[in-house]
Amino acid sequence: MTAMQPIAQLLGGLPLAQEGSTFWMPSEASTGARAVDLAFYFVLWVSVFFFILIVGLMLLFVIRYRRRPGRLTAEHAPRHNLALELTWTIIPVILTAAMFAIGFRTYLDEVTPPANAYEIKVHAQKWKWSFEYPNGYIDSDLHVPLNEPVLLVMDSVDVIHSFYVPDFRVKKDIVPGRFSRLWFQATQLGEHRVFCSQYCGTGHSDMLSKVVVQQPGDFAKWLQTAAAQYASMSPAQAGADLYQRLGCVQCHSTDGSPGLGPTYKDMYGRQVKLADGSAVVADENYVRESILDPQAQVVAGFQPVMPTFKGRMTDQQIGWIIEYLKTLSSGQQAAPPAAPPASPSAGQSASPPSNPPANPQTGTGR
Amino acid sequence: MHDRESSSLAHGEHPPHLQHHFSDEQQQLDSDKLGMWLFLVSEILLFGGLFCVYANYRAHHPEVFIYAHRYLDTTLGGINTVVLICSSFTMAWAVRAAQLGQRRALVTLLALTLLAGLTFLGIKSVEYEAKWKHGLLWGTHYRPVAEEPAAPGSASGGAAPTAAAPTPAPAPTPASVPAATGAQSSGAGQPLRQGGQWIVEHSLIPRAAQGPAGLASGLAASQPVEPGQIVEQPKNVQVFFAVYFAMTGLHAIHVIAGMVVIAIMLLLALRGRFDDGYYTPVDLTGLFWHLVDVIWIFLFPLLYLIR
Amino acid sequence: MSDTPIDVRNADGQAAGRAAPDNYLTHARGFRSWAFTLDHKRIGVMYLVSLLFFFFLGGMLAMLIRAELVEPGMQIVSKSRYNELFTLHGAIMIFLVVIPGIPVALGNFVLPLMLGARDVAFPKLNLASYYLYVAGALFMLAAIAFGGVDTGWTFYTPYSTTTNTNVVPVVFGVFILGFSSIFTGLNFIVTIHKLRPPGMNWFRMPLFLWSLYATAIIQVLATPVLGITLLLLIVERAFHIGIFDSALGGDPVLFQHFFWFYSHPAVYIMILPAMGVISEVIPTFSRKHIFGYGAIAASSIAIAVLSFLVWGHHMFVSGQSDLGNMIFSAFTFAVAIPSAVKVFNWLATMYKGSIALQTPMLYALSFLFLFGIGGMTGLFLATLSTDVHLHDTYFVVAHFHYVIMGGTMIAFFAGLHYWWPKMTGRMYSERLGALSAWLVFIGFNLTFFPQFVMGAHGMPRRYADYPAQFEPYHLLSSIGAFLMAAAFFLMAGYLLHALRRGRPAPPNPWGSATLEWQCASPPPYDNFAVTPQAGDPYDLERLRYDAARGWYDPDEDAKSAGGAGGAA
Repeated sequence: MTAMQPIAQLLGGLPLAQEGSTFWMPSEASTGARAVDLAFYFVLWVSVFFFILIVGLMLLFVIRYRRRPGRLTAEHAPRHNLALELTWTIIPVILTAAMFAIGFRTYLDEVTPPANAYEIKVHAQKWKWSFEYPNGYIDSDLHVPLNEPVLLVMDSVDVIHSFYVPDFRVKKDIVPGRFSRLWFQATQLGEHRVFCSQYCGTGHSDMLSKVVVQQPGDFAKWLQTAAAQYASMSPAQAGADLYQRLGCVQCHSTDGSPGLGPTYKDMYGRQVKLADGSAVVADENYVRESILDPQAQVVAGFQPVMPTFKGRMTDQQIGWIIEYLKTLSSGQQAAPPAAPPASPSAGQSASPPSNPPANPQTGTGR
Repeated sequence: MHDRESSSLAHGEHPPHLQHHFSDEQQQLDSDKLGMWLFLVSEILLFGGLFCVYANYRAHHPEVFIYAHRYLDTTLGGINTVVLICSSFTMAWAVRAAQLGQRRALVTLLALTLLAGLTFLGIKSVEYEAKWKHGLLWGTHYRPVAEEPAAPGSASGGAAPTAAAPTPAPAPTPASVPAATGAQSSGAGQPLRQGGQWIVEHSLIPRAAQGPAGLASGLAASQPVEPGQIVEQPKNVQVFFAVYFAMTGLHAIHVIAGMVVIAIMLLLALRGRFDDGYYTPVDLTGLFWHLVDVIWIFLFPLLYLIR
Repeated sequence: MSDTPIDVRNADGQAAGRAAPDNYLTHARGFRSWAFTLDHKRIGVMYLVSLLFFFFLGGMLAMLIRAELVEPGMQIVSKSRYNELFTLHGAIMIFLVVIPGIPVALGNFVLPLMLGARDVAFPKLNLASYYLYVAGALFMLAAIAFGGVDTGWTFYTPYSTTTNTNVVPVVFGVFILGFSSIFTGLNFIVTIHKLRPPGMNWFRMPLFLWSLYATAIIQVLATPVLGITLLLLIVERAFHIGIFDSALGGDPVLFQHFFWFYSHPAVYIMILPAMGVISEVIPTFSRKHIFGYGAIAASSIAIAVLSFLVWGHHMFVSGQSDLGNMIFSAFTFAVAIPSAVKVFNWLATMYKGSIALQTPMLYALSFLFLFGIGGMTGLFLATLSTDVHLHDTYFVVAHFHYVIMGGTMIAFFAGLHYWWPKMTGRMYSERLGALSAWLVFIGFNLTFFPQFVMGAHGMPRRYADYPAQFEPYHLLSSIGAFLMAAAFFLMAGYLLHALRRGRPAPPNPWGSATLEWQCASPPPYDNFAVTPQAGDPYDLERLRYDAARGWYDPDEDAKSAGGAGGAA
């Protein structure tokens, strides 16, 4: 993109992510957004008023009382005035009290989810979002039904992340070791950006996702199809899919290139050397243990930084991963496919690249 | 008007200890004292942070503090408290001696204060050593040594209760699973006996890696010991020892610093630098030492006397 | 006593354009006379030079950041290098430039002079403070040299306890800098309490001293908490005590409480002296007594006290309780009020004055504009519901740059240009000074105003890369940054030129009534042979400009009528 394009864009009209954005705010895509924007505009116009007042008086005085022959000294004027002090103390107090009250009331609504909210789990890790739906299906995008309250129950396996959807005006930090909650009710169909807004390392600006707001009927259909897609995949294909969705791709390559974790190429069924010098065969037991208890037997030459997936993967899913790993090792037999793979349904996210870059940025130094 | 010409002292009678930017001794003394008090206030804020850490954890996990404080030897702690109080007494007396120009008394009392400080540090090191020996340390280094059927809850410096049965962590995790039972951790080994004691190689805390994993899964985490052994302890007992070592450690550093300053005062007193007209450094040292004492007087009940 | 002659009357040679025969710069020469000096003026100069150097360094890091952000994608540095850039930019600017800031670079020089004193209460401690500053800076620079840090200047756990970068040297450097700050504050408090001249009670003190006093209180009380926080962080990294590790029973958010308990009062360490400078410059250049002296003095103390009660407003979305959020929001609005009161009093000072737009005044007026925006955008962040949307976006980045840079640094440059003649004995080019002030003002607004808008649209902070929709704002912002950098280089140019070729400065070029203008420019080694008599520091209507001599004389008629302060 040349330098001229964005300038032209700016001059021609502000870059709007979506219909409905204003100069200051993105489109209001949730039930809570309006109240937040009203609070924003209230503070804005009070501030603009006082700013014009202050700068206006300043300019007026600078011009009217500028030093010139005939005005080499100041006029006699009082050096203090209690009434004035009280006035310009009390009026700001009243205005700020109003801002406080508005902000507080709206905030309480923001943090009080309705009782019947649809619960979706959010897993944050460096540097990927995973969304776990009530039927166990895990996706890297957040699909939600239109006009229904959604409650996100969020956890992090490593550092503090923060879930932020500007269009919904919602944000919450996710602290490892506890669950955070956030709720919203989407009012606008389509896609809305998700950012991580708490600095979490090298890939912080890559930790993007989107909320896909669908009609309730479409949402239900999507969820069902997505969860069922595994039924029509071979276990190895399902494993390949999970390899992307659950974020294994961040650290484990499939083409032999080095990463934070050992490559999967030609790993399954071979002997691996462990950090304490002993060796073990990378069989089903080892893979299962590595997923549930990653620090138990760490491969030599790698840091013990893999998070656990205990509670986040079912035994069946672990089995799929094992089958997938078998396909990456020459001489291993994977289970045959059960049926031709289902085509991706509308609304599903595009798959991320299947091979990670040769030297994934790790945030652990160069 | 404060200027050289009209000050109360003629130019030639300028006392050696009066600094030139002060107009008279009283101003210098007042300034020195105010400065010292401000420094003490900043020290109180420094320790205040640790007291806040203590308060935070104790409010949220009182069971940890009630359980773990019994490993501290109250007798030794009590002796230390008395030692420090006596040292404050000798220090205050030393300041009085300086004020009266009694050089020999000053030297003696400073020496006694130093002795008391050494005693304090000696007892502290006995306590620390016991903790080390019994594995009662902070964070992942908390690996208490189990003793053979010893009286449970023994109060002597650190006899740990025998190993706890692995209790599933009440972590808010969707699928609560017991601590890993499957594969042996390579290099873990069985608990060994040495002499009359069981040496437990790993922490008694249930493994942290459940549900939202946090970080300790990345560190040298531990295996729970064989079931069938006695006594439950609350989760995260190591927090108490982290707080204990942080607070008493920082305090001990200040005791050492205070002793260094007192030693310097002692040397200066031996050289006759102080008299009844000028003893400000001794005075200020006394103030610092009293603060060190006062901090211990708060530490002792908060850590040792929780019952 | 008031008819005792003072130096400035006798220094007739000054009017003819020759520098004073012996001043603090010429009194002793050689490296050792500077390295072991106990003279507050020399210590102030050393601080000033160091500060400007680190401002340059931090500024260069900022230029790299803004250059990288011109377009989406990574063109100049990698993402991890970018993260190191913003971390070090923040750490250097905050801990080596703005927090030491005005108190050390200007206050050290001016404070004793304003008191008619010979030095601060503890000159050796003052030198020690400088050495601690240098030591802390060296640790931080070493961390850069040996591989950088990428945690952000806020060092949030658990990222800071697990990243592989050189956290401990930087944190230890900051720890040492904390003690430098504590000792400076301690020194200033005692000096103001004990070394005031006769006739100067608390309410006859210049407001700059009130601001330094309030700042010093915060320095002494808040900085130790930073000390213990950083110590715990170092211990956590080194020994894994688990205090911030949730898996070991610790609490990562506890770090945030500790960190902000210091770092919020720290921003008032940054702004209070700045406001003190403005309280000196505006009356001087309006030739008028300050309006509302008592209100301004009281507001400084109120800000210092309230600043300790608001730290949680950095943590509204961290999981803090709703009750906590409410209390912190309310107190945050409270702490805004005294600042507003100051602004109104400054405006009232200008009313019916005789206003000259010389360079210090241009910066002071910039301050009113920029701090006005900065302060009011804080209101958006104090309001709970809007903060949820704006937290950790570029809106916050713009807000704090407006208050820290548009507030503190602009006031710093106002003070630098104001006291430059006193410190160096030279005048600088007024034309270039004004030009530079305008360019800084324009460049600054161009840099940071677009950031408010893109932050409100959701652009998060600390992002090495960003979605294309934000590109126009980033482009504008980077253009502004380059303009500002050019303005600062211009400033450096004419100031350095002034050192050699500037017109010799009279004792009181601006016509102020505070005591530092009663000694020569530059001051002699021991400031005042005879302590001046203190009067009303803002009694400006009584000063008359003597064009022949190039300085301000007290009005003869008023003097003979008695009244407060003969020599003023």
